[in-house]
Amino acid sequence: MTQAVRINDFIVRFANINGSGSASANTLFARAILRMGVPATPRNIFPSNIQGLPTWYEVRISESGHLGARAGTDLMVAMNPQTWDHDVASLTPGGYLFYDSTRPARKPRDDITVLGMPLTAICNDVYSDSRQRQIFKNVIYVGGLAALLDIEPEVLESLISEQFKAKEKLIAPNLAAMRLGYDHARKNFDCPIALRVRRADRVGDRIFIDGNSAAALGAVYGGATVCAWYPITPSTSLAEAFARYTKNLRKEPETGRLRAAIVQAEDELASIGMVIGAGWNGARAFTATSGPGISLMQEFLGLAYFAEIPAVVFDVQRAGPSTGMPTRTQQCDVMACAYASHGDTKHVLLFPEDPYECFVFGAQAFDLAERLQTPVFVLLDLDIGMNERLSAPFSWDDARKMDRGKVMTAAELEAGRDFGRYLDVDGDGIPYRTLPGTHPSKGAYFTRGTSRDEYARYTEDGDAYRRNMERLARKFTTAKTLVPRPMRRDAAQPTRFGAIYYGSTSPAMNEAAEMLAAEGVLLDLLRIRAFPFHDEVMDFVAEHEKVFVVEQNRDAQLRSLLIIEGDIDPARLVRVLHYDGTPITAEFIAGEIGGTVGTANVVPLRKARP
Amino acid sequence: MSFLPKPKLHHPELATNDIGFTRRDYEGAISTLCAGCGHDSISAAIIRACYELSLPPHRIAKLSGIGCSSKTPTYFLGAAHGFNSVHGRMPSVATGAYLANRELIYLGVSGDGDSASIGLGQFAHALRRGINMTYIVENNGVYGLTKGQFSATSDRGSTSKKGATNTDAAIDLVGLALQLGATFVARSFSGDKAQLVPLIKAALQHPGAAFIDCISPCVQFNNHVGSTKSFDYIREHNEAVNRLDYITGRSEITADYAPGEIEVVVQHDGGVLRLRKLATDYDPHDRTSALRYLQERTVAGEIVTGLLYVDPEPENLHQRLNTVATPLNALEDRLLCPGSAMLETLNAALR
Ligand SMILES: Cc1ncc(C[n+]2csc(CCOP(=O)(O)OP(=O)(O)O)c2C)c(N)n1
Ligand code: SF4
Ligand SMILES: [Mg+2]
Repeated sequence: MTQAVRINDFIVRFANINGSGSASANTLFARAILRMGVPATPRNIFPSNIQGLPTWYEVRISESGHLGARAGTDLMVAMNPQTWDHDVASLTPGGYLFYDSTRPARKPRDDITVLGMPLTAICNDVYSDSRQRQIFKNVIYVGGLAALLDIEPEVLESLISEQFKAKEKLIAPNLAAMRLGYDHARKNFDCPIALRVRRADRVGDRIFIDGNSAAALGAVYGGATVCAWYPITPSTSLAEAFARYTKNLRKEPETGRLRAAIVQAEDELASIGMVIGAGWNGARAFTATSGPGISLMQEFLGLAYFAEIPAVVFDVQRAGPSTGMPTRTQQCDVMACAYASHGDTKHVLLFPEDPYECFVFGAQAFDLAERLQTPVFVLLDLDIGMNERLSAPFSWDDARKMDRGKVMTAAELEAGRDFGRYLDVDGDGIPYRTLPGTHPSKGAYFTRGTSRDEYARYTEDGDAYRRNMERLARKFTTAKTLVPRPMRRDAAQPTRFGAIYYGSTSPAMNEAAEMLAAEGVLLDLLRIRAFPFHDEVMDFVAEHEKVFVVEQNRDAQLRSLLIIEGDIDPARLVRVLHYDGTPITAEFIAGEIGGTVGTANVVPLRKARP
Repeated sequence: MSFLPKPKLHHPELATNDIGFTRRDYEGAISTLCAGCGHDSISAAIIRACYELSLPPHRIAKLSGIGCSSKTPTYFLGAAHGFNSVHGRMPSVATGAYLANRELIYLGVSGDGDSASIGLGQFAHALRRGINMTYIVENNGVYGLTKGQFSATSDRGSTSKKGATNTDAAIDLVGLALQLGATFVARSFSGDKAQLVPLIKAALQHPGAAFIDCISPCVQFNNHVGSTKSFDYIREHNEAVNRLDYITGRSEITADYAPGEIEVVVQHDGGVLRLRKLATDYDPHDRTSALRYLQERTVAGEIVTGLLYVDPEPENLHQRLNTVATPLNALEDRLLCPGSAMLETLNAALR
């Protein structure tokens, strides 16, 4: 079968068995493509409830730089017999099936090319140790794929040498294994196949990291010293990354002791309780969790809102309760976080789009939490949290100081400055606080949820309660001016249509906008980066006849938030919702929006150009 | 009988302690609890203990959950920051506060509902983690604030004021604390100031997880015949294993004891505990035998009080986490933020 050659634009999917050591080999594959200057975006897919624990690793190679998910597989590396049928079926017509042909399989489909490499046989020949056979099998297939896809073996060689810099003994055998696969493929197949990687210059100085690690590094740079957490996928690796980073970056050189405390709590109630206790006492503290953890934290979150205690919550969102689907991605905690808890509460939310913003917001969240004296949520999701993604390199301004907010010092108290814990002295709704232990006779107060006046004296007076609630609302208005502003990108020509999106939807939305533009459907784009919504968000809605709100949940949660907070006529906001647990794709968005707009609304291309 | 050094002044309320504070400096707002409530006596004992230890009031952080007992931190140490948190979750808030600043003195006040019912999990985990705090449960065997329901420390067979009989087994927090690794475990009675004040002093100075189960009758809902937490019942069944005289490193030891009756325990900070044995076979350094003793006496219908266990060399959470000596909330920016050069190195490793 002859196929059209496709350069730097295809999808490779690895079907593996969990625990077979494939993860590092697959990462090696993705990194090699990046090193050749070609954008590649991997995604892990790991259902948690299927026997034998299959996992998939999907790499989208896209010279045009599209980092969003796309449907279809052009090359399947089928290493898991259990999912064979499913994997074969999911190949696009004309695709390639690469498999371990030690036990040859019948050609399963006529419309695909089968590439069999006797990986097990090769390993059994070369290695006597069973662990080695398993590990090197993965490296061998990476070598084989390099030959098939025209990936430069030298790139793999330098990556391998870097990877094992600390364990030099491992370099030579890994290089040998890679070469073994490479040479085998060259000898037995017509290399390269129609899918090819060709050196380009489309990666630049970008880095390759997962959002959870980036957020954890942001927390380190943001000055977090207390982390209390309870394991839950997909947030676990955030707390673990924080532990890893602090081990190196927060060690007191003289003593080897740590400038951070990390506690694996007994549950999420305790995690958030510890964060609140630490925040009350002046340390920058955070927890990392996912939806079920947010549910457990509700009561405490309300307390922190009312008692005005800084806290940072990283919520790496996943689908619904129980196990199974929950290890899939969604943006389904927006409402649960925005109005978390009982009483009238509203919380600050940040929506990072990629690892770069996970880092930036991960640090900024601590400034916001202390400035606003309130919980701040950073809403990641599994897609950006647990997958490595090409993103802008991190940067830091060394002149930047942490904003510790309004904390009255012992000297100010001593000088006789009036201290009222809940007193709005300058109209921004944010009162001063004191830290425990500050002054022998001034500035102490009793922290409680409600029932207090401006000076934190106990009262059940309704008027005092109302005044306090109004001040808290004022504070939320102040928050609007401090949180990251939305990012707007207008279409080439004026258009009646807008699209609002946030978080991990970004790359798919950008690609969809291009696809739609090519068909003459023009969209102005607004990426929301925070709640409360900046006035620009409402202006954007007002300027457009119809605004698509693109989300990865069933109930259009951000749309509801826009309607509630902006008093927007619901008819103006059109739902575009993706919620099957897979990451949203450009095809989906373009299909939904294109379908709604219809041909009647297409801007004639010729007319648009003056 | 008390062996506490008493100020030899005619007007004790005007006397000052070693750091120049009067008793009044350790007081708080006027209590709004029912007249005669056991909790108020515990507040008074805390005031006295802190005064006598000459603790700077503002260096104490008071934390509580929700309940009549948890309201009491308003009624003592007005110069200290306090945190009335949520029901049953004081231990986690205290843990976080302690992580942020290892130098303050942490005093947690809770109730039996707060710690044995809704908050049993957090109670257990705070003690097993070795939070350096004094954890007092004001145990009245009832929910005072919500008006008289049984709590998890209500004894099986005891009756409520409205006449209902409790059919569930009781949780003994002292037994749990011993099992969980608390390094100071005591039980006392709000009506026995002579026993309670030295225990609070010793607990406050103990550099690890110190727990006091203080039986504290609720005059409103649990002081009737049929209650096993009434003043009368406790007085009748109270069996102290020892009497404690807490002496700080500086004070002179003056009390007279017959030889063999006294055990001197030197704590890590140099503070000295003098224990006068009442139950001759009781060893407060042996968790296992303490647990057995407790269980035997409980079966016999006694309420064992006194200092039940103490480890003079406890380990705390900061030691276990190997955190720096400086409080984490006092670290400067430059010690926390690794800076741009390091970030460039990290970037380079991610390409
Ligand atoms: C989550 C939650 N559930 C229920 C309550 C209602 N509540 C307040 S105090 C209390 C019981 C307090 O009992 P205890 O801790 O023994 O304190 P006491 O009043 O007896 O001193 C309950 C159930 C609450 N405040 N929060
Ligand atoms: S109800 Fe009971 S516990 Fe509450 S204040 Fe009154 S006597 Fe004390
Ligand atoms: Mg009670």
